[in-house]
Order: sequence, then structure tokens, then C-alpha cells
Amino acid sequence: MGVAFLKKRQGFRAFFYSQKAAPYVFVMPFILVFVIFFVFPLISTVIMSFQSVLPGQVRFIGLENIKRLNDPEFFQAIKNNLIYTALTLALLIPFPMIFACMLNSKATIGRNFFRSALFVPILTSVVVAGTIFRLIFGELPGALANQIVGLFGMGPFRWRQMQGTVYMILVMLACWRWTGVNILYFLSGLQSIPEELYESASIDGASTIRKFRHITWPMLKPTTIYVLTISIYGGFAMFLESYMLYTNNRSPRGMGLTIIGYLYRQGWEQNNIGYGSAIGLCLLLIVMVINLVQLKFFGLFAKEDK
Amino acid sequence: MNTAAPLPTLKEKPRYTLGTVLRLIFFLLLTFIVLFPLFAIVLASFKPGTELLRTGLNVRWQPEVMSFNNYRLLFEPLESDYMIWFGNSLLITLLQSVLTLIVSAWVGYGFAMYEFRFKNLLFTCVLIIMMVPMEIIMLPLYQEIVGMKIIDTVWGIILPFVAMPLPIFFFRQYLSGLPRDLLDAGRVDGSSEYGIFVRIILPLMTPAFGAMGIFIGMNCWNNFLWPLIVLRTGSKFTLPIGLNTLLTPYGNNYDILVAGSVFAIIPIIILFVCFQKYFIAGMTAGSVKG
Repeated sequence: MGVAFLKKRQGFRAFFYSQKAAPYVFVMPFILVFVIFFVFPLISTVIMSFQSVLPGQVRFIGLENIKRLNDPEFFQAIKNNLIYTALTLALLIPFPMIFACMLNSKATIGRNFFRSALFVPILTSVVVAGTIFRLIFGELPGALANQIVGLFGMGPFRWRQMQGTVYMILVMLACWRWTGVNILYFLSGLQSIPEELYESASIDGASTIRKFRHITWPMLKPTTIYVLTISIYGGFAMFLESYMLYTNNRSPRGMGLTIIGYLYRQGWEQNNIGYGSAIGLCLLLIVMVINLVQLKFFGLFAKEDK
Repeated sequence: MNTAAPLPTLKEKPRYTLGTVLRLIFFLLLTFIVLFPLFAIVLASFKPGTELLRTGLNVRWQPEVMSFNNYRLLFEPLESDYMIWFGNSLLITLLQSVLTLIVSAWVGYGFAMYEFRFKNLLFTCVLIIMMVPMEIIMLPLYQEIVGMKIIDTVWGIILPFVAMPLPIFFFRQYLSGLPRDLLDAGRVDGSSEYGIFVRIILPLMTPAFGAMGIFIGMNCWNNFLWPLIVLRTGSKFTLPIGLNTLLTPYGNNYDILVAGSVFAIIPIIILFVCFQKYFIAGMTAGSVKG
């Protein structure tokens, strides 16, 4: 019996060390994490969207949660995310691209220094960055933002209480943190463009604008698409920025409410786990549509499989 | 002879034109604007919290009220829990970075060096995780952590994210560049598949570890939402969570909040200055295609 056991163990050992088993042993941690901490909660989210979840009392309530999504607060959250995403896209793609082109030129003095200096804000956490912006846009006449508009004879404003300025603060915060990163993305894209292309264009007498239009822009397309994708994704998943701007996720009249903020409020603060899950499901669908559109038109996977 | 020689040097030397000067001024201005908020908070960290509450955050130079007092408060256990939070953050960041690095390298190696069934399917799963915001699965994930009895522990923070998609992706890319002959050489020498990874591959991965280590470390250090959900006991709080508790409308803790915020950025700034190249490699890892 002992021998048989030993043999079996050796058999297992031999299998474990075989070249056939090795790849599965290597990817096993990922499979475990993927199944336990991703697939399982994702399925739970879908199931709970059709449930009323209270401690010790879980029951199916059909489409009740989905119907509840017809909710002005939820629409306000979606609207906020849409506006925020649109504004960040309008600012965080063209400007970093132009800055990167300028920094890529050898004639720019101190380009390494500027590249690093503009990168510094992303080193701060959203908590610290949010705190800084919250204090800058304080309501007191002495707060920095009010002092600055005061120079032009305006204000003081209650920045965090007006819809327009709420968007402005959130977008400024995003631009502050992400401009440097997007510059880096575009710079690494620019550096992969062969120098000869520009040289031959110069010989043909092409102007700077024509060079940008016919060489830089098309060659930067993959980078632009990447930045576009992560910006849309980041825009719809934005939450902490607005969470930090107001104590306890409470913005006046939902001015800073985001989809995830609403999920957090319903599922977390008010313990409506079923409804919170339905909001999550809705966001999942939005994100999936974005990804599918992106895949359809730009074929990220197709390029990566090559 | 002397007519031909100077020409190439003339061509290579960048010419400092009006455009160059304008560009320099432009970037100096931009950098000034970008760094200004940080300057404002550093300046405020030397003023008493009551001053901040009375006048708001400003950039007035007030030597009569400025001191290192706020920083002294950070280091006094009776005045604040700041040092506890700092220690917790340091511990979690180190533990999480090391574990995530090892696990991700292990998995990335499997994807890079072997052919096996379901490989493409599994790798698609890696990319899918990247595409779904974590907040969507936050509620059931929390229930799961409670069920596993690792709520309010370091493991509750670390385990769900120990096989992070971006580092796996990055390590796979990095290792794909290595010749597979290395594996055969190891096998001939009598190493097991795992021995090859530990003895031959790991030492070759040091630069990749540098880039990803800093990227993961920065994310852990600044991680907020998930630890906020997992941690309940005040003595286990990390820096971002602790600082967030100070951000009340009454402003009674602004001394520690502002000085603490500045002090939380300092370790990362120091790392950034020393290992800039790794930061940049880590940040741009996602945009590099296979």
C-alpha cells in the first residue's frame, strides 16, 4: 500500500514536472484569480441585478431593479459622465499631441526637463490631488481661485455649488493629472516614426503643416486610438475625483454625481445592493459597447495577435 | 578641403531661432502653471490649519505664521495617527508590489514561452479584465472577501488583484523577445521547467521588474477605493484613507491634512527623480503593442 502510494506520488511529481503540465502550472494563478475574483463576482452582479438583497433575505424580483433605472438621478449621473468624457477628450488628446510634437523637436531647449516636470502631477494620488483642488476652489474670497478671478474684478464664486464650474474643476483636475502622461504616450509614438520620412519630405519641400498632416498624423494613429480608448474608459469610470470634491460623495443636486458614484451610493451607502448591481450592469453594457465599437473599427485584437 | 568640412557640422547643430525661444517660454509657462498647485499646497503646509480655514488656500508669503509645526504633528503619535498610516501604506505597498510582480512574471512567462491549449482564450481573458472597471464588480467582490474571512486584512486588499493584467501583458511582451533556446539549454543542464524560470529567466528580468515594480508600487501607494472598502479598523488605515478622514467641512484637522498630503507625495517624487526611466517605461507599457 505504501509503495503504491509512493508510486502514485511519484507519478504526480513526474506529471507536475513534465513539460506538458508546466504551462498550466505557470498560468494557474491567473486562472484562479480570474475565476474567483472576476468571473464569479461578474456573474453575481448580473444575478443580483434581478434580486432584492437584504441580509438573510434574498429573493428574485424580476425586472424591478432594471425598471428603477428610469430614474432622474441616474440620468443626471450619465449626463455628467458624458459631458466630462467629451470635455476631457476635447482637451486631453489634441493638446498633449501638439505638446509632444514640440517636445520631440531637437530644437526645443530642456525637453527632457519639461517632459518630466509635466509628468509630476500623476504621481499624486486622487486623494491628494482632489484635496488640493478642493482647497484651491474653496468658497472663501481668499481661496486661490477666487483670488485669481478677483484680479479681473470677478467673484468670489462658490465654485463647487454651480454646475458649470463643477465640470470645470473636474476637467481641470483630469487635465492636470493626465496631460503629462498623454504627452509620454504621444512621444513614444513619435519616436517610432522613422526620421527618413521627414528628411525626404524636407527634400521635397514640404512645409511643417504638410509634414504633420501627411506623416505625423497617420503614423500616430495607433497611439491616438489607444489614448482615445483609455480616455473614454476613464471618463465613464470617473468617480474618485468627484468623491474627493465633496464630503461623503454628496454633491448638491447631483452636480458631481457619476455612474459609479451612484452605484456606490445605492449599493454601498443605502444598501440597495440589487439596484446597485443593476447600475453596474448598465455601466458594463456601456463599456462593452465602447470596446466592441473600438474592436470593430480599429481591431485591437487583430493587431495584437500578429 | 576646407570648403567641404564645416558643412555637416553646420547642418547638425540645432539653430536657436525665434521659434526656439518662444517654445522655451511657452513650456516654462506651462510648467509653472502645472506645478503651481503643488507649490500652493507646500506653502500652505507651513501655515497653521486655522489660517487655512480662515482665508482659504492661497500663495501669500506669511513668515510670521509659518513654521514646521504641522510636520512635527505628523511625527507625534499623540497628535495624529499619521505615522501608523504611513507604516501601513509602506507595508502594504511593499508586500503587494513584490507578490504582484512575482505572480505576474510567473504567469507572463507561461504565456510567453509555451504553446498550450486555450492559450489564446486565456490571454483574451487577461485583456478582458483590463476592459472592465473594477467598480462594477465591487459589491459582490466585497461579499466574497467577507465570506473568505479576509475582510479588514491586508490579504483582502492584495489577493483579488495579485494577477494584474497590465504586468502580465508587459512581462509576456518582454519575455517574448528572449530566445527559446535558453529553455532547451536549461533542460539539457537538467533543470526542471520551474528551475529554468527561477535560475535563468528571473535574473534576466531585472529591468522589466524595475519598470513594473515602480508602476505597481505607485498604484498601491495611491490606491484608495478598494482599501477603503476592505479596511474597517482605524489602526489599519492606509495613507489615502487616513487623509480622506481628515477632509471634513469643519476643517479641524487641516494642519495634518495638508502637511500629510505633501509628505505622502515626497517618497514618490524621490523615487521618480532617481528612477525616471523606469517610471516612463512602466507608464507607457500599455501603449506598446505586440
